[in-house]
Amino acid sequence: MTETSETYLKPLPATDVLTAPYWEAAASGRLLIQRCAACQRFQFYPRAHCSACGAGDPTWEEASGRGVVHTFTVIHRNGSPGFAEEVPYVFAIVELEEGPRMTANVIGVDPDDVRVDMPVQVTFIRVSDGIGIPQFTRAD
Amino acid sequence: MSDWSGQVAIVGAYEHPARKTPGLHPFQIQADCVLRALEDAGLTLDDVDGFATAASEVPEGGSTMSAVEVAEWLGIKPTYLDSTDNGGAAPLSQLGHAAAAIAAGQAEVVVISYAATTYSQAVNIGTGDPTTGVAGPGQFELPYGFTLVGAYALAAQRHMAEFGTTPEQLAEIAVTCRSHASHNPHARFRDPITVDDVVASPVIASPLHRYDCCVVTDGGGAIVVTSAARARNCRKQPIHVLGFGEAVGQVQMNQMDRFTATPGTVSGPRAFAHAGLTPDRIDTAQVYDSFTITALMILEDLGFCTKGEGGAFVSDGRIAVGGDLPINTDGGGLSSNHPGRRGIFTIIESVRQLRGEPLGLQVPDCEIALAHGSGGALSTAATLILSK
Repeated sequence: MTETSETYLKPLPATDVLTAPYWEAAASGRLLIQRCAACQRFQFYPRAHCSACGAGDPTWEEASGRGVVHTFTVIHRNGSPGFAEEVPYVFAIVELEEGPRMTANVIGVDPDDVRVDMPVQVTFIRVSDGIGIPQFTRAD
Repeated sequence: MSDWSGQVAIVGAYEHPARKTPGLHPFQIQADCVLRALEDAGLTLDDVDGFATAASEVPEGGSTMSAVEVAEWLGIKPTYLDSTDNGGAAPLSQLGHAAAAIAAGQAEVVVISYAATTYSQAVNIGTGDPTTGVAGPGQFELPYGFTLVGAYALAAQRHMAEFGTTPEQLAEIAVTCRSHASHNPHARFRDPITVDDVVASPVIASPLHRYDCCVVTDGGGAIVVTSAARARNCRKQPIHVLGFGEAVGQVQMNQMDRFTATPGTVSGPRAFAHAGLTPDRIDTAQVYDSFTITALMILEDLGFCTKGEGGAFVSDGRIAVGGDLPINTDGGGLSSNHPGRRGIFTIIESVRQLRGEPLGLQVPDCEIALAHGSGGALSTAATLILSK
């Protein structure tokens, strides 16, 4: 877990009743994903229904935090605050061990060393009590 | 859905020639294009009973009731209206919807129009401003620095990893489009480039370079469509709509089913089935080229080659005029123009090629053309098959 300074310029999630548990858990170092009680599928991002079968009230489960880089790009141009200063950075789609894919940065690695299918492990940037940003770094 | 195949025709088309129109409101560009497209058809505003546009983005006018507001600017009160907003595919979807409405007797003369002043307003569409907000699903993507170029780069990276596609093969598409643009007096960029130029240009989002990305321009265009029966009395040779298909994928990149394909895998086969044709019958394909990878995957998705073979397919001059399947004969979005929803120009260039009225190069013996639009971040697709 990394604490951020007061000068966090990147966009923060506008949380709502559905998503607040996800961001709050991340602030305490846990990655939650939803699972459907009816069809057992995991889903990302959270909704109040299962996007595979339509059943209601998926439950939260803690993910292992292990996954692989499904695909990625090293972004060299982004004029937005927080990112303009950070280029080049890795923008990736991580496929979790449980199945769903999520968007994240791969951090703590030279961008040139990132590869498709590279194993990664979740880590968290704590922004506030209510918001932690899940990120990924190379798995040992 | 095959009932209206061939019973509806494009009778008017016009593309605004300017690539920079500082100070001009995009609604006026639409109006200029509509009036010239109607003149092309030998029709007037009085003949129009249907209107379609999408103008929700800021450089398009930022309209919340696009088709209503632009109809007002034009001075018409249509009884058929469509502001389908599926990104760059919108004009093709709107034409497909209009064709069905005309065949069903719900409209007689429909105008499909588009314009944006993205260049003059200096809108950062590729490397900055996100397309969705940080509320709702966007909150799981925007905190990580999403850019539109980056979204397509995710696809290019995966395509390279799965199939061995190379940056040089992607570059072939940019080089071909520039070669075609060098004959188009209106094209934004006309100086020829080489594969080396493309791969040596700055990386925007790996593995995509600057020359893998479309140009940013102002501009617009309009199409007039009516029944094949009424088309016989119009000024120009009618261009018949033989087939149409549209499809939807996702918006958030973490919802992509497959990074090496677009919704064209659905819209393409639907359009070919509707037309009763196969890809080998197409004389020219005007396909969306927001990025080189977009065009490459679309060619695969439409069945011009098998999935993964796109890199080899676009090499050796096959997609140039004179090759087996000339694409983007006006120079495409990569070199001619890209104000936003470039789908309108894939239709207009198809019409020009089928009529034998090219801005630059002409595909010989051009009888059947395909136009294909793509929108958002590999989000949508619409395919049209057109013939004389």
